[in-house]
Amino acid sequence: MTPIPFEQTLILAAILFVIGLAGVLARRNLLLMLLSIEIMLNAAGLVFVAGGSRFNKPDGQVMFLFILAVAAAEVTIGLALILRQDHCARTLDADAADRLRD
Amino acid sequence: MNALLWLIVGLPLAAFAVLILPGRAMGARRSGILGTGAVMLSAAAAAVVSVRFLRTMPASGHFTAPAWQWFASGGLAVQFALRLDALSLAMVGVITVVASLILLYSVRYMAGEEEYCRFFAFMNLFVASMLLLVLADDLLVLYLGWEGVGLSSYLLIGFWYKDEGAVLAARKAFTVTRIGDTALLLGIVLIAMRLGTLRIDTVLAAAASTWQYGGALPLAAALLLLVGALGKSAQLPLQTWLPDAMAGPTPVSALIHAATMVTAGVYLIARMHGLFELAPVAMRLVAILGAGTLLLAGAAALGQSDIKRSLAYSTMSQIGYMFLALGAGAWTAAIFHFVTHAFFKALLFLAAGIVIHSLHGERDMHKMGGLRTRLPVTFAGFTIGVCSLAAIPLVTSGFYSKDLILSCVATSPAGGTLLWTCGIVGALLTALYSFRMLFLVFFGERKIEPAPEGGLPILLPIVILAAGSLTLGFLETPRGLGSVALFSNMVKDVLGAPASIPVSGLFRGAIVLFAVSATLIGFLGAWLIYLRKRSPIMSLSSVPLYRSARELANRGFGFDALYSAAVVRPFTWLANSNKADFTLVYPAIIARFAGAGALLLSLTQNGKLRLSVMGIALGAGLLIAIGIFS
Amino acid sequence: MNVLFLLAAGAAVVSTFVAITRSNVLHAILYLIVSFASIAVIFYLLGAPFIAALEIITYAGAIMVLFLFAVMLLNLGGGAIDQERRWQPLAAWIGPAIAGLLILGELLHILMRHWPVGKSGTIVPSVEVGRLLFLRYFIGVELAAMLLLAALLGAGRLGHRSRITPEQRGSGHDADSL
Repeated sequence: MTPIPFEQTLILAAILFVIGLAGVLARRNLLLMLLSIEIMLNAAGLVFVAGGSRFNKPDGQVMFLFILAVAAAEVTIGLALILRQDHCARTLDADAADRLRD
Repeated sequence: MNALLWLIVGLPLAAFAVLILPGRAMGARRSGILGTGAVMLSAAAAAVVSVRFLRTMPASGHFTAPAWQWFASGGLAVQFALRLDALSLAMVGVITVVASLILLYSVRYMAGEEEYCRFFAFMNLFVASMLLLVLADDLLVLYLGWEGVGLSSYLLIGFWYKDEGAVLAARKAFTVTRIGDTALLLGIVLIAMRLGTLRIDTVLAAAASTWQYGGALPLAAALLLLVGALGKSAQLPLQTWLPDAMAGPTPVSALIHAATMVTAGVYLIARMHGLFELAPVAMRLVAILGAGTLLLAGAAALGQSDIKRSLAYSTMSQIGYMFLALGAGAWTAAIFHFVTHAFFKALLFLAAGIVIHSLHGERDMHKMGGLRTRLPVTFAGFTIGVCSLAAIPLVTSGFYSKDLILSCVATSPAGGTLLWTCGIVGALLTALYSFRMLFLVFFGERKIEPAPEGGLPILLPIVILAAGSLTLGFLETPRGLGSVALFSNMVKDVLGAPASIPVSGLFRGAIVLFAVSATLIGFLGAWLIYLRKRSPIMSLSSVPLYRSARELANRGFGFDALYSAAVVRPFTWLANSNKADFTLVYPAIIARFAGAGALLLSLTQNGKLRLSVMGIALGAGLLIAIGIFS
Repeated sequence: MNVLFLLAAGAAVVSTFVAITRSNVLHAILYLIVSFASIAVIFYLLGAPFIAALEIITYAGAIMVLFLFAVMLLNLGGGAIDQERRWQPLAAWIGPAIAGLLILGELLHILMRHWPVGKSGTIVPSVEVGRLLFLRYFIGVELAAMLLLAALLGAGRLGHRSRITPEQRGSGHDADSL
């Protein structure tokens, strides 16, 4: 297969990352915020793999593996917390959790 | 010898270090033994040193015990060293003996005090500092001891720190003597700058060779040293702190404010007499201030009701005599009077302490009376002390020393008739007020029942001091009465013989006669006024002029009021008006600004998660932008 | 082939964009799975087949399925979609859009300034990945394992349901055992 220009993957990763960022900022539902964070993590992983491929080193893929492990752990805990929040407050509104204020 | 000299200073200092730490944990018995024992051992060391020194007098007349170099910078090298010569020997002997006796007395006198240990610690600090002062080889070491005694005095006057009067008195003492200390330091700096050294004998030699007689430099240095001496010795115009310092415990008054610290000024001038001889104006000033103080204090003592204040004014007056002698160039006479005065004044204070104690804290002499049968030993001691103070002829030491001063003042070229007359009037006043004290306290009808006298530790020092007051005079008797010159022979290498214009034996006899008659007139006056039942005082006290004169004398002739109005009040007014400083506006503006900013920023803390995330995102954007554009 | 890459990239971007704008959470998750699949294709094109497989298996297969389970457990009900619509007026997108475009602009600017040269696409065999993983980065593997263990324990503890009756369910109070 024809090699892919490096910069194109970087641009793709940047776009995906920004979409994820906008998702985190715009949505009020905690679940969707967590989802957007996964998008951002994935975009970052894409950069790593692309970089490893560009320099012909397996390190990029190893990094992606670790990112994967971290994402899995984080989603686990995050979802558990969301379930907990719903159990207590009966709502998934991020703006409702504003007790930590001045 | 080296080690012994350092032991003399070191033992009380070590006792202070040990006693100050445990506080109340160390029992009363132990602190008493340690505190008194240290000074007694120091006295023993001093005795050994004196015997050795007098027996094998070194050729130069002095002995130096260096320890280490303190510092050497900017052309000035200061050695930490002790120097022993006849003058410091006399001082050390008096200080250690009197201090041991007073500390022995305090063991029983201060018993039952809560802070017993602290008392002995501070007394030892004082003794160590005073010994350092008189044994110092270098002016800076002397200043170290000088400050040390000032500090101990403050700590001891304010010993009963829960009493507001005592604390204020301690502060007053420290502040007033501070004025003197600053002048002394300036004088030391001047000497160091101009003569390049601070070792005392080098300074004196260099001053004699490089500075002109009557020149401006020796005058300036001598005047600065003089002001320092005035502060510490409570002479005019820095005398206001001494009467108030009687708020401290009686042993403190006896040791510090009668026998030793207040005589530090006398020692300083005597030690630096070579410098003073180069500045006749300064010497004249010394004599004038001494004469003025002795008259003022003598008159003030007549108007006091408090027995300790009366003794304080008496001390002031006697030191005035010493200053008078110094001003007339009679260095030996001044030091001799210091020796005798230390003994009889300490005796008087300790006896007064017994009186106050047995009358359960009563200090007003007019409320006392008729104690001579109940407190016999105290009465005997007090009487001997009073006789010595009033210079009763032939039997008391005070007579010999005061007579020496008066004859030196009369015959010295730096003295003169006016000064001598002041001395004679002062002798009359002295006899008057001292016998007044005796008659008021011990004679007349008994108004308060006294508790019995204390035991051996209290009475033994009285006995020893009384013996000293009677016999020490015989060290130096005038020509017509035996011509003993033991004291002056000992110190003549250091202090020299006083210059005197040649006078006939008749003149000398006349001087002695005048002095004796002044004493006797004073005694008679006191007898007539205070002892007789229908005394003229009773009728006089209805005259308002007499009353106001007596008030004035009681207040020390208004010096306190003067200083309060001229110095204290403007100063406190200035400090108070500075409270609402206009420059405080600027910090207030900053504070206001910071408060408003904080209020503004707190709006961002609304607890919303998405706001924080937005903040992070924008912050990241900002950082990247900075990275791009820099 | 480049065409394949462009197609996959386009699919990823579009599906991600659509995913974050859905009112129905389930739809969003499904669209995201499509996006991850496209990215897996891209990984394959970049010469990392192992990672491509992992993307499908773990990311799309495990993590997204976890999300689905969570949505199931939440038992949201019909009113949820309307609620989402209410929460997401168009105005809410202005700020995030600006922030996102700002950062995108900056990243592109950096990219354009230091235009990277090089082509990616050579296959790095998985054997190499495995060798590296277990020789040089084995500590990382251990740590990742410990992390996952911690996550497991935490989630187990957090998810523990205390026995409170429906009456005792308060409104917004902090629960007892957390």
